[in-house]
Amino acid sequence: MAGKTLYDKIWDAHVVDTSEDGTTHLYIDLHLVHEVTSPQAFEGLRTAGRKVRRPDLTLAVADHNIPTTDRSLPIEDPDSALQLETLAKNTKEFGVEYFDMHDIRNGIVHVVGPEQGLTQPGMTVVCGDSHTSTHGAFGALAHGIGTSEVEHVLATQTLMQRKMKNMRVNVNGRLGPGITAKDVALAIIGKIGTAGGTGYVIEYAGDTIRGLSMEGRMTLCNLTIEGGARAGLVAPDEKTLEYIKGRPRAPKGGAWEMAVAYWKALTSDPDAVFDEEITLKAEDIPPLVTWGTSPEDVIPVTGSVPAPADFDDENKRMAVERSLDYMGLTPGTPMQDIKIDRVFIGSCTNSRIEDMRAVAEVVKGRKVAGHVSAMIVPGSGLVKAQAEEEGLDQIFLEAGFEWREAGCSMCLAMNPDKLQPGERCASTSNRNFEGRQGPGGRTHLVSPSMAAAAAIKGSFADIREFE
Amino acid sequence: MDKFDKLTSVAAPLPLVNVDTDMIIPARFLKTIQRAGLGEHLFSNMRYEEDGSEKPDFVLNKPAYKDTQILIAGDNFGCGSSREHAPWALLDFGIRCVIAPEFADIFYNNCFKNGILPIKVSKENWDKLMDDAERGSNATLTVDLEAQEVRGPDGGVVTFDIDPFRKHCLLNGLDDVGLTLEKADKIDAFEEKRKAAMPWA
Repeated sequence: MAGKTLYDKIWDAHVVDTSEDGTTHLYIDLHLVHEVTSPQAFEGLRTAGRKVRRPDLTLAVADHNIPTTDRSLPIEDPDSALQLETLAKNTKEFGVEYFDMHDIRNGIVHVVGPEQGLTQPGMTVVCGDSHTSTHGAFGALAHGIGTSEVEHVLATQTLMQRKMKNMRVNVNGRLGPGITAKDVALAIIGKIGTAGGTGYVIEYAGDTIRGLSMEGRMTLCNLTIEGGARAGLVAPDEKTLEYIKGRPRAPKGGAWEMAVAYWKALTSDPDAVFDEEITLKAEDIPPLVTWGTSPEDVIPVTGSVPAPADFDDENKRMAVERSLDYMGLTPGTPMQDIKIDRVFIGSCTNSRIEDMRAVAEVVKGRKVAGHVSAMIVPGSGLVKAQAEEEGLDQIFLEAGFEWREAGCSMCLAMNPDKLQPGERCASTSNRNFEGRQGPGGRTHLVSPSMAAAAAIKGSFADIREFE
Repeated sequence: MDKFDKLTSVAAPLPLVNVDTDMIIPARFLKTIQRAGLGEHLFSNMRYEEDGSEKPDFVLNKPAYKDTQILIAGDNFGCGSSREHAPWALLDFGIRCVIAPEFADIFYNNCFKNGILPIKVSKENWDKLMDDAERGSNATLTVDLEAQEVRGPDGGVVTFDIDPFRKHCLLNGLDDVGLTLEKADKIDAFEEKRKAAMPWA
C-alpha cells in the first residue's frame, strides 16, 4: 500500500465518523471567528437554542471593519459599528474569547493565530475567511468555510467534508536577490491558473520552501486559495518549532516535548502518491506584478501588458479584454512605464514583521514619489509594537508613508481605507479583483519590497536594479 | 432551508470566466448581520451605473432575464472569498440553480447550505445550455434534481452528477447541524480519545 501524504495523515487523525457514501465528520481543533462572517451563525445558534460546543477552541477577533486611524474616536459607519458590537455581544453571550480592537493582541485573524501560538502542526484550523489557508505554513490543515459551516463548527466542533485530492508543488533552487515568497506564490498561480488547485490540497515542498522563513511560508500558504486550492501545507521543521516555542498559547514543559515528538512525524511518506505534481525552479522566478483582475494575470516586472490575442481560450480572451478596459491598460505598455497613485502595504498576505523590515530596507533614507499616497498597515497590534521598537515606523514616516493601526484595511475596502475610482495601486494584498480595493480601483499585486520600490519611483520598478 | 426538487425557468447567460465573489457581492455590502436583503446588491458593480441606474447591457437587467431562477455561468464561478453572502445574494435575487463547467470549492459548498443547486457540466453541454439561455424568453430549461437532468426547450437532455448526500439534503431541505448533533456520542468519544493521546491540543 502506498504511503500517506501529510494531508492524508492529518485527515485520518481527525475523522470522527464516515458515512457509507464517504461524507466525513472531521474534528476541528481551532476555530477562528471574525465580525463579518459570524453574525448569522451566532443568530442561527440562538434561534435553535444551541450552544458553542467548545468555546475553549474558539477565538474571535475584529479585523475586516475596524478603522486603522485613531481608535479612540467612534466608528463613523453605523453598519460597521453594528457588526463589531454584534461580535462583542455574541462572544460574551456564548462565552467565546474575543480580542477587540483596543487589545494589543488584536489584528488580522491570520496574523493573530500564529502569533499567539494557537496555530500548531497537525491541527485542523477553520475560519469564515478564505485566507485561512495561511495557517497551513505550520503543517496544519487550514481552510476557509462559509457562515453555515461556521455555525456548524460552533455547534458541533466538526465539519462535514469530502476528502480532497493531493497535489504537491515542488520548488527547488536558490531564489534570486529581491525575490520573495510572494513572487514564488504568484509564479505558482501564474503556472496553474486561478482554478488549477480546485479540488486539491496543496503540499509545498523542495529546498526553496525549506529555505523560506515562517513568515514567507505564511505568505505562500495564504495565496494558495488564489490558485483555487482551499488549503496549502508545509511540513513542520525546526523553523516551525522555533517560531512556536514560547508563544503565549504554545504547549509548555512536558506537553511541549510530547507535542514536538508528534509534530516531527508530520511529513508525507517517501512513497506517498500525489494525484498531481508540479515543479518550479527558483532561479526561473523573477519579480512579478499582476496586470489584470485575476491573480493568475502575472507578468515579470520587465514584461509588457499582454494583448487579448495572446490567449488561446475564447472565454479567457473575453475576460482579458474586460480586464484591460477595467485596468485602463494598453497592450504592449512596459510594466515599468505604468504610473501608480497609491501603495498599500499590509493584509494577511504581507503584514508581518519580516514584511515591515523588507519595506524599511528599501525605503530607508528615501522619499515616496510626490504623486503617490502610500500607507503601511501592520498585521497586528503586536507587529506594530515590534516595528516601533525596531524604529521602523520612523523610517516609514520619514519616507512619507502613513503608519496605521492594524487591520484588514484596504485589502478589501470594508473600512474607510479604499481606492477612489480609477486610482492605480501597488498592493501587497492577495486579490486584484474588480472593485476589491474600492469601486473602480485598480490593483496590481506585488511583494512588499516591490511595493516599496514602486512607492519611491512612482511606477513599477525592478527590485533587482533598485539601488 | 427551502427544498429543491424541480424548477422551470429561463436561464441567464453569464459566460465570463473567473467571476469572483467580489463581483457577485462587493465587500461593502457585507456589513449586514442578516442573510436576507442582499439580492438588490447582487453583481452590483456590473449591474448598476455609479448613479445607481441599471446598466441596460447587463444580463439580469434585460427584461427576459429579470425573473430568472437559473444562471449559466463561466468557468471557475465563485472564486475568491468564502463569503456566504454570495449565495445569499443569488438566492435573494431568486436564483436557485447555477450551471457552470467548474466552480470554486468554497462557493460550491456554500450553495448547498442555502438550497441552491450548483451543476457542473461538460464544456460541450455547457455550450448547448448557453445557446438555449441566449434565446431568452423563447427557451426555458427544466432542472430536475431527482432525475439529475436539465431538460432543454427542444427536448435535449443534459444529465449531471451530484453527491448523493447533498442531493438528499437539498431534496428534503435538511439542516446539517441538526443531523450532526445526532452524532454527539461519536464526537464525545473522539474528544475523550484525543485528550488522552494529545493532551496539549
